[in-house]
Amino acid sequence: MVALKTIVVKEYLRFIRIWIQTILPPAITIGLYFIIFGEIIGSQIGDIDGYKYMDYIVPGLILMAVITNAYANVVSSFFSAKFHHSIEEMLVSPLPNYIILLGFVSGGLARGIIVGIVATIVSLFFSNLNIHSYPVTFAVFILTSILFALAGFINAAYARSFDDITIIPTFVLTPLIYLGGVFYSIKMLPEIWQTVSLVNPILYMVNAFHYGILGVSDIDVSTAFIIIIVFIIVLFYFSLRLLRLGVGLKP
Amino acid sequence: MNALNIKNLQKTYKNGVNALKGVDLTVKEGDFFALLGPNGAGKSTAIGIICSLVNKTSGLVEVFGRDLDANSADVRMHIGLVPQEFNFNIFEPVGEILINQAGYYGINRVEATERAEVYLKQLNLWDKRFGMAKELSGGMKRRLMIARALMHRPKLLILDEPTAGVDIEIRHSMWQFLKQVNAEGTTIILTTHYLEEAESLCNNIAIIDNGVTIEQTDMRSLLARLHVETFILYLASEIDTLPDCGDHSVRLIDNTTLEVDINQKQSISDIFVVLKNCNIDVLSMKNKTNRLEQLFISMLNNKNDNGSDDSSNDINNATGNN
Repeated sequence: MVALKTIVVKEYLRFIRIWIQTILPPAITIGLYFIIFGEIIGSQIGDIDGYKYMDYIVPGLILMAVITNAYANVVSSFFSAKFHHSIEEMLVSPLPNYIILLGFVSGGLARGIIVGIVATIVSLFFSNLNIHSYPVTFAVFILTSILFALAGFINAAYARSFDDITIIPTFVLTPLIYLGGVFYSIKMLPEIWQTVSLVNPILYMVNAFHYGILGVSDIDVSTAFIIIIVFIIVLFYFSLRLLRLGVGLKP
Repeated sequence: MNALNIKNLQKTYKNGVNALKGVDLTVKEGDFFALLGPNGAGKSTAIGIICSLVNKTSGLVEVFGRDLDANSADVRMHIGLVPQEFNFNIFEPVGEILINQAGYYGINRVEATERAEVYLKQLNLWDKRFGMAKELSGGMKRRLMIARALMHRPKLLILDEPTAGVDIEIRHSMWQFLKQVNAEGTTIILTTHYLEEAESLCNNIAIIDNGVTIEQTDMRSLLARLHVETFILYLASEIDTLPDCGDHSVRLIDNTTLEVDINQKQSISDIFVVLKNCNIDVLSMKNKTNRLEQLFISMLNNKNDNGSDDSSNDINNATGNN
């Protein structure tokens, strides 16, 4: 437990120390989304599932901030540790691989939670937030952070340059988030695109979060939880395998 | 018990480079052991494997009797590594680097803080404990890595060129510190390109070249192979001609400097007597080159000339290669 605590505290202090780069930008970004999409464009759009557009996009925007920050924290921290070789401090020690993984993922989870809280506070300036189901909201919040922290870890393990840690977020993660029902209900799409959208795993998380806060969802919530948990288990064991084989770490 | 036992260690990298072709090493517990070799010989690869930073291709590695493959965590618990390259986060405070390292070994923060204070004071880094590691000089960074490697009190300390780029004063203070660490029971393996460092500190030595062990012996036996040593003598007054020195091979470098070859059957004091009889006083003297350096170069040359790993030939007048 001492070892895990050491990594968690170290990871936490790392992003807190540079809060202007890690905590402040999502607060500004989400504020701009509310102003542009909520106030300016949203006022031209009618209700969705009985909610004003501004209120409808709140869960998606909060979760978008959580996803990108949980991912970014682990991918940048673990890749930096590789790049500076400071990861060797852990590799030469008797730390089990699962502790190393849990430590980095906890750092991503912590940043996801803090950014999520900040995003929620910002959203309160634009919307009257009433949470429909606290257990569902918090469960999705935590599980999604864990899932994308694990994804960030895998990205960092394979990355050989700083370019490699921006390619996935830019060309994969961001499109999936935008197409994952953050700004619209998939019921608004033609039937063929509704079906295609179901391939996007982020759709399930966003909709489960929609349900937690607003009580409405395009997807069955239990299906969403199953998918999230299956992804976490698969990514966790895949990450452990990468550590065991020393992929990207040991020549 | 042996601190380290390596048998037929081999490593072929994915790019096909055959870095280790069969290294054998035995390091006794409590030893101060020199692992020497030219650049690219495979020293750092071997160390990387011992410390679980490099995956081996084949071979056996045992640390204090524990097999690396079967007891990896146990083996790592006993090893402290000071790597060749700086490998700490330069944006972290110096004290935190040590405390975190101890944490990875399960040492709680209170105990780690106490140990950090001890090592930072011993290595003259105490004043820098709150500063970022990037603010340290090169010598300080080297000492920080030594302190970090000692935080969990390893039984085997591996130092990969710990004094590279360090000024002579700090180098000597580091030598004293390492001697003390060794005297307290820690086995030390040292790689260095400063051969006077290896000669001064180490009891036993292995030489690796081109991925194989070409020599492993004790320092005294190795140095005994040096049949001729060359000394430079600085004279108290000028001389114009070389005096008759009998069987001794003496050369006049300039009016106040002589170069003398002393073989194993001769004593350096003999030459002083001869010179004294010629009314020549010697002010001071030094070895022309480091003895181990002479042997090291000769052994590598010998191996390359023979095109084999047989380095058991006696080393004859190595000074001729200087």
